[in-house]
Amino acid sequence: MTAKTLYDKLWDAHVVRYEDDGTALLYIDRHLLHEVTSPQAFEGLRLAGRSPWRVDTAVAVPDHNVPTLAPQHEIADPVARLQVETLARNVSEFGITFFPIGDARQGIVHVMGPEQGATLPGMTLVCGDSHTSTHGAFGALAFGIGTSEVEHVLATQCLLQRKMKNMLINVDGVLGTGVSAKDMVLAIIGQIGTAGGTGHAIEFAGEAVRALSMEGRMTVCNMAIEAGARAGIIAPDQTTFDYLKGRPLAPQGALWEQAVKAWQALYSDADAHFDRELFIDAASIAPQVTWGTSPEMVLPVDARIPDPADLGDKVKADAARRALEYMGLRAGMAIHEIPIDKAFIGSCTNSRIEDLRAAAAVVKGRQRAAQVKLAMVVPGSGLIKQQAEAEGLDRIFREAGFEWREPGCSMCLAMNADRLEPGERCAATSNRNFEGRQGQGGRTHLVSPAMAAAAACAGHFVDVRDLI
Amino acid sequence: MEKFITLTAKVMPLARSNVDTDAIIPKQYLKSVQRAGFGPNLFDDWRYLDPGEPGDDHSQRRLNPDFVLNDARFAGAKILLAQENFGCGSSREHAVWALTDYGFRVVIAPSFADIFFSNSFKNGLLPIVLGHEAVDHVFAQTQADPQALVKIDLEEQTVTSQAGEVFFFEINPFRKYCLLNGLDDIGLTLRHADDIRAYEAKRRQQAPWLFANVQ
Repeated sequence: MTAKTLYDKLWDAHVVRYEDDGTALLYIDRHLLHEVTSPQAFEGLRLAGRSPWRVDTAVAVPDHNVPTLAPQHEIADPVARLQVETLARNVSEFGITFFPIGDARQGIVHVMGPEQGATLPGMTLVCGDSHTSTHGAFGALAFGIGTSEVEHVLATQCLLQRKMKNMLINVDGVLGTGVSAKDMVLAIIGQIGTAGGTGHAIEFAGEAVRALSMEGRMTVCNMAIEAGARAGIIAPDQTTFDYLKGRPLAPQGALWEQAVKAWQALYSDADAHFDRELFIDAASIAPQVTWGTSPEMVLPVDARIPDPADLGDKVKADAARRALEYMGLRAGMAIHEIPIDKAFIGSCTNSRIEDLRAAAAVVKGRQRAAQVKLAMVVPGSGLIKQQAEAEGLDRIFREAGFEWREPGCSMCLAMNADRLEPGERCAATSNRNFEGRQGQGGRTHLVSPAMAAAAACAGHFVDVRDLI
Repeated sequence: MEKFITLTAKVMPLARSNVDTDAIIPKQYLKSVQRAGFGPNLFDDWRYLDPGEPGDDHSQRRLNPDFVLNDARFAGAKILLAQENFGCGSSREHAVWALTDYGFRVVIAPSFADIFFSNSFKNGLLPIVLGHEAVDHVFAQTQADPQALVKIDLEEQTVTSQAGEVFFFEINPFRKYCLLNGLDDIGLTLRHADDIRAYEAKRRQQAPWLFANVQ
């Protein structure tokens, strides 16, 4: 039998049939829905008189538009309110499992899924959101889709897909103290670029990846899309099974035993073929800070901003020049000289309990710098918020002058009321530093939770390793 | 879906790489529950000098005279030309809807982000990958003569410049067939409903935990 990668195994197990040209009809085991990319899909079903194929595979939650200040029910923006109400109406009409605002299980769709055990190894999992790659941390084939595909999955439980290529990113060695999964994935993106993984499913492996908690693995897979890869995958192991055991939607009893046995076969065979392989030494990774308007414009915290003229390639140099202008920065400036106006700790990349603990550990005994107007912490779900409060993390943040908010996507993409004003500069634990991403004219620097907390207390970027 | 067979049209040159979907259609417009009406907000942050919100009268907003969409010489262009990694970032299909609502039927670039690429085909927008040389040729031609026409022939898989230079592009046969015939993917898939049921029956034996109902 030919050796297979983990991606090959997941793919083969879900092919219903092939078209003559190799396009596959791929079966989907889990479909997560949120309010922004689903209304037109439900409307499409209704217009065509079609009913969902298997509603028991779908779980829905509002997250993008949800206010992070209580009372969350009162969405001031009528357009956003209509979208959230439309989701509630659609799930009720079609009978889909739903966690509304006010339910402790509500939160960012990519936090809620794993937390509820809706994400399991060996699954195909899709959602109308590019950060669906997050769920690959469990050894699932998980990728983001557009609204037409959301409708396609609702109607047929399948998607028409071409098989992607296999890419392996092997991170060996041990991450230094104060260096996190976020720094690992930012360093990878810095190395391969935002199109480096295009057309590929990336498997993350190696000693440093194995050593990550499920939270850390989710952070890494979450940003596979920022490297251009629709899917990131990590082979499931005991860490995965321990995380999932007893979660509400995970199998129980004899089914659990049977499932774990099957999941233990989900790994890349020793001699499996990868179209691309990349080897990285974890010990070489320093805390990372982005300086531009693409996640690939990233540097270690002790570096200086490059001169676009030194970048060679004209398209790259033009992009860097444009980025520096937008960001209000100049070539040669040290990263630690960059002052910030706001800090945002949250998003599907970094809003889980471990992220909040890492940020709180830095904040404890310190204060938000006077020149930092706002430092906000937005837990990924109501359950994470409860757990953080039980551990006293909310008190640490509040005493340091940070705001402790209700769960949602918040200032990662600023669809709700949380946003940057033009020219404001933010240390953000989210995933995209695109122009206007956090608010028109806003300037985003992507960092880890500990680095965002450190910048909020110092007023500018600092090497968190000097603080711990 | 509207069929795509051939198109002869002007080209709008957008000389940028990594054009992300946040730039194509900013987040405030994603709150709509409709598929139409995104055209006036295509490239909103680059196109207007003042911030916009859904419901604004966009004809009253200040245009950015330096942005190519506002350059009258390119008015009526149906082909958008860009650099690498076009459509990166979020999966929002609204980006494709904004491009088609504005009037684009084709985007040409050296490379595209995967999700945007796939979304395009579902909406009759043809994304064409051409090599750097070909892309640079069309950029140069368009800059020299904004009125220059480019012909796209999907059946032949060719892009023909005004100067008569012909560039061949790849497209997978199934996607080509769907575009040429304006076919709806869902209808096609449902013809294989029996195969899907057979797969489910087999899968239920192998992985019964995937068929235990969500509560």
